[in-house]
Amino acid sequence: MHSPRRTPLFQHAQFSRIGAIFLLFAFVSLLRAQDTFKTETSSGVTNVRIAVADFKPSSTDQQTSGLKGTFDTTLYSDLANAGIFDIVSKSLLPQIIPGVPAEMNVQQWSAAPASAAMVAFGNFGVQGGKILCNGFLFDAKNLQYPQVLAKQYNEDASEDSARQIAHRFADEIIFRLSGGSQGIAESKIFYVKINGGNKEIWEMDYDGANQRALTSLGSISLSPRISPDNSRLAFASLGKDGFQIHMYSLILGRMVAFTGTGGTNITPAWAPNGKDIAYSSSRSGDPEIWISDANGALARRITSFRGPDVSPTFNPRTGSQIAWISGRTGLPQLYIMDTDGSAIQRMTDGGYATSVSWSPNGQFLAFAWDRKYGPGAPGGQDIYIMEIATKRWIQLTHDGGRCDFPSWSPDGRHIVYANTPDGKAGHMRIMTMLADGTQKRALTGPGADMPNWSWK
Amino acid sequence: MSAMQKRITRTLALISTLAVLGAATGCHKKASGVNPSSLGPAAPPAAPAPTASITADPLAIDLGQSIVLNWRSQNATNVTIDGIGEVNLNGTQTVSPSNSTNFHLTAKGDGGTTEANVRVTVRVPVAPSAPAPENVDMGSEAAFHQNVQDIFFDYDSFDLRPDASTSVAQAASYLTAHPSIKVVIGGYCDDRGSAEYNLALGENRANAARAALISAGVASNRLRVISYGKEKQFCTEETESCWQQNRRAQFSLDR
Repeated sequence: MHSPRRTPLFQHAQFSRIGAIFLLFAFVSLLRAQDTFKTETSSGVTNVRIAVADFKPSSTDQQTSGLKGTFDTTLYSDLANAGIFDIVSKSLLPQIIPGVPAEMNVQQWSAAPASAAMVAFGNFGVQGGKILCNGFLFDAKNLQYPQVLAKQYNEDASEDSARQIAHRFADEIIFRLSGGSQGIAESKIFYVKINGGNKEIWEMDYDGANQRALTSLGSISLSPRISPDNSRLAFASLGKDGFQIHMYSLILGRMVAFTGTGGTNITPAWAPNGKDIAYSSSRSGDPEIWISDANGALARRITSFRGPDVSPTFNPRTGSQIAWISGRTGLPQLYIMDTDGSAIQRMTDGGYATSVSWSPNGQFLAFAWDRKYGPGAPGGQDIYIMEIATKRWIQLTHDGGRCDFPSWSPDGRHIVYANTPDGKAGHMRIMTMLADGTQKRALTGPGADMPNWSWK
Repeated sequence: MSAMQKRITRTLALISTLAVLGAATGCHKKASGVNPSSLGPAAPPAAPAPTASITADPLAIDLGQSIVLNWRSQNATNVTIDGIGEVNLNGTQTVSPSNSTNFHLTAKGDGGTTEANVRVTVRVPVAPSAPAPENVDMGSEAAFHQNVQDIFFDYDSFDLRPDASTSVAQAASYLTAHPSIKVVIGGYCDDRGSAEYNLALGENRANAARAALISAGVASNRLRVISYGKEKQFCTEETESCWQQNRRAQFSLDR
């Protein structure tokens, strides 16, 4: 964009002050596009150094050691993946494992090599088919009143409960130490499981554990979107009249009614009030963004411009704006507007932009962008985030194959997305990363696509 | 069906059978030649004409699957099915054809000859190029695909290309000549780009083809549109020729 301006300047003989200013301008505006901006990956202070002790077994039940192993692993990975901690390697921890506050000597933990500022510890046991778990968080630098947090959990003994207890304890710790941001360890990710020629909707925990099917429609189901209160899941599924919006109740465990209309109806999105749904509908002959209530009634059209309009997402903070993808000028671009269809603003300046997700704090858009899209172009489709107020963007994935369908975590610090290393659709898998592009890791194997992170 | 009726009528007229039979079979057609009912009672009653029917279950299969043919005949002495040969007067048989086949049954009896057909569609998962012409007479499906041909699009576009106007004109005239046919227009995209956007783009492609047929005079209530986006790929290679095959509006009979 800037180089054509610069080249004739170099050729010019009297290249002096004007040239220098121009060059500076070009350089600054180049920087502007590439500049970083502050995402919510950090809590505003340097990361807290935290030590996570293995919990002390508190019973001799034979189930204890297996479930305690699950608990310890889950708690450690929850805190390590939270993105706000500097976690002490287990090899640096003191040899003694404290189980209760009386056994805790914080000086051992604040001293080198652990040098921890915070210590999470506790005890875990199974008695009479129940897990009894006590978890503590101590401030290692506060010798007089070190206790920050004490929690007791009592659940039926199972692998799943052991994991859920760890998630809940991790969320409590994150809430205390992140400056009040809710943890995400209890959140869920909904996604499309590729199963031969069929695609079904599946669900998993935020860390990739506990993967299970929700639908078995024997068709192609796409674009799962969970309601803000986790009660209903909207998605699009192929039937004899083409793709239509369907609604699944997670409370009833079955499909519930969503009024059908003519045309192709796809890509639902929940308003943060949980009452409205925006989606792309071609009932008028051209795919446009419509909003209806959660049962499909009271539908009204928001956009009207020839060409595809698809993939809406509400501003989750205000509910008064929608970001979406439109092909009105050719290749698909990212736009935002108010929910009444006014104040349309184009956000991307070219390439092929799709699959937008709005950050929980309302400030950022995450989307998939191929900036050099076209026949024979060497472009790759990567995940970007854009600061809405300034339209500055940063690229989060690089050279890792094709990426698509970013979705923000409830705390706005993580992004889940789909990635296929070799570009083949069947090799799509679900990855997660911090919103600054670090700590990428796979949550599923190949055959998973279109992740959608729950609102809480 | 009308050919069969005509043939029966002609046969009956030749042997001057009863007026009742002639009226029953010929009532929908202007009988060529002499109206048998005007000849008055004359000849002795002839043997009743054979009847035959053939069905297949299912009517459409994927390559490698098999179907069950089931046929019934009355007043016939000899029943043959093309490609299978002479068979029992009534019977069933399991077959697995390698491509779409018209099963043609001929029943001969003292009262004449009658025919029955059933068409089995075999979905072959390869390119949409027209299958080699076969000896069997063109069923309406084959004639449909010969006259109503897919429309192809440029990359990321839903505008009809100049080369599509020939296809549209031919399709419109065929559909005008066959007013009972209803059509499903499927919109397809190549596998580049994003799945959600491609579903909307496929919808625009199918709608562009629909609009062209409507402006060429085809009634809009005969045309139904379904977008498949990039979810149903004909061709999965990463080449332009393959992508081009996938970027299309495809017509099929709406049953």
